[in-house]
Amino acid sequence: MSTTVSIRTSAWKVARPQARNVVRSRWLLSYAAFFLAATEGLLRFSGGDAKTLLSLANVVLFVVPLATLVYGTIYLYNSREFIELLLAQPLKRRTVFAGLYTGLALPLVSAFVAGVSLPFILHGLVADAQRSLMTMLIGGGALTLIFTGIAFCIALRFEDRLTGLGVAMAVWLLLAIVYDGVILLVVALYPDRLMEKSLLAVSLMNPVDLVRIALLLQFDISALMGYTGAVFNRFFSGVTGLAVIAAALTTWISAPLLLGHYTFKRKDF
Amino acid sequence: MIRIRKLRKRFGSLEVLQGIDADIATGKVTGIVGPNAAGKTTLIKSILGLTRPDSGTMEVGGVKVNGDETYRSRIGYMPQIAKFPSNLTGAELLAVLRELRPDVNEPDLDLIRSLGLGLELSKKLNELSGGTKQKINAVAAFMFNPTLMILDEPTAGLDPRSSSVLKDRILAERRAGKTFVITSHVMTELEELADEVIFISEGKVRFNGSVRQIKDLTRQANLERAVAELMEGGVAA
Repeated sequence: MSTTVSIRTSAWKVARPQARNVVRSRWLLSYAAFFLAATEGLLRFSGGDAKTLLSLANVVLFVVPLATLVYGTIYLYNSREFIELLLAQPLKRRTVFAGLYTGLALPLVSAFVAGVSLPFILHGLVADAQRSLMTMLIGGGALTLIFTGIAFCIALRFEDRLTGLGVAMAVWLLLAIVYDGVILLVVALYPDRLMEKSLLAVSLMNPVDLVRIALLLQFDISALMGYTGAVFNRFFSGVTGLAVIAAALTTWISAPLLLGHYTFKRKDF
Repeated sequence: MIRIRKLRKRFGSLEVLQGIDADIATGKVTGIVGPNAAGKTTLIKSILGLTRPDSGTMEVGGVKVNGDETYRSRIGYMPQIAKFPSNLTGAELLAVLRELRPDVNEPDLDLIRSLGLGLELSKKLNELSGGTKQKINAVAAFMFNPTLMILDEPTAGLDPRSSSVLKDRILAERRAGKTFVITSHVMTELEELADEVIFISEGKVRFNGSVRQIKDLTRQANLERAVAELMEGGVAA
């Protein structure tokens, strides 16, 4: 018990300076400012209706994974020498890993949440859009945690920075863009009802799609839901659907973390 | 202080350490020398637990290095490249390291004064020159009064005055009974500091003995010539 506590406090001691370093970078400020500007702009143009939220959701689903992947890999490569210094201290690798992850994920989630929610608060729209706003914040937060983990796995696996960044971009292209195209293609080629169950399984394998479905279920605009969303809605209505998505996202957060930790523990620095 | 037996490490197809046997004596300064890519840094990183050897054993101060982290509380490490979180100040960095070492009550910050770091510590680390960062690196290594110090190219990037200050400090700590492991490309520096020399080439220890012995063996007057002679392969140790 006491070792668990000491790992947690030491991990926090590693996370805090890392987080401070991230917060002070111009990059994080721009990230928050971007969401602030995007949200504010959309709210000004069209008020807080479902269409605004949908446009915002598309921005979030596009930008959060991309920015997190790119910044996450760069962050770990840049921390390389500092990680070596930390590992030369009497600290467990688990502690250092937890500290590094928290030190990045926490500022990224905060910047995203602040950037998106501030305009809603200022416009007094929080009450109207409560449920969909919460879903968006939680979904975007979950995506940040997932892609921070994936970025860590990539940066730990590939020694070479350019290779690592290339792989990060490939992962993003695959999950955010190629995936949609392939689904549409498959559906167009085989318009068979039997496909639906396998499509459902496929959507569980893409965290970006999962968050999109969660958002669309909230917005209650099935016409704009996309194919997997419509299928999903038919199989899981309401709370069950959200529970399935939440469970899948939790798995998606844990898996890269466990893999990253496994790699980190065995890595030669 | 350190006992290394049959240490092997392979990176892909390259066997960097091919069965290292070495003893590093307590209370002495041991210089690790050898050609580039001989495995010096890999050896140091293995002692620190940064690199995990494929086989072989290591003991630091009688404690087996086996993945437990506590033995490192006695080690001060000065890495070769001083690169820290760029948006923190030097003072913040030192504070972070102090927080991580609650076992040490009174950190030794003498080097801040003797290296003239005072004002530089309030600047962000990315605004500092390589030499200044190296000074902070030195402060961090000496801060916790470790019994074993592992220094990887300690004076690289330092101006002559700072380099002298650091060397004086090393010699003073050695007189006080500390153990040092130093790698350096500057043989005159090792000549000044080292009692013992471990010469590594192609992943094996080719010589492990005193500075006196290596000179006698090679019939050279100074360490640089002696090591050069060993690299030529003229003398089998």
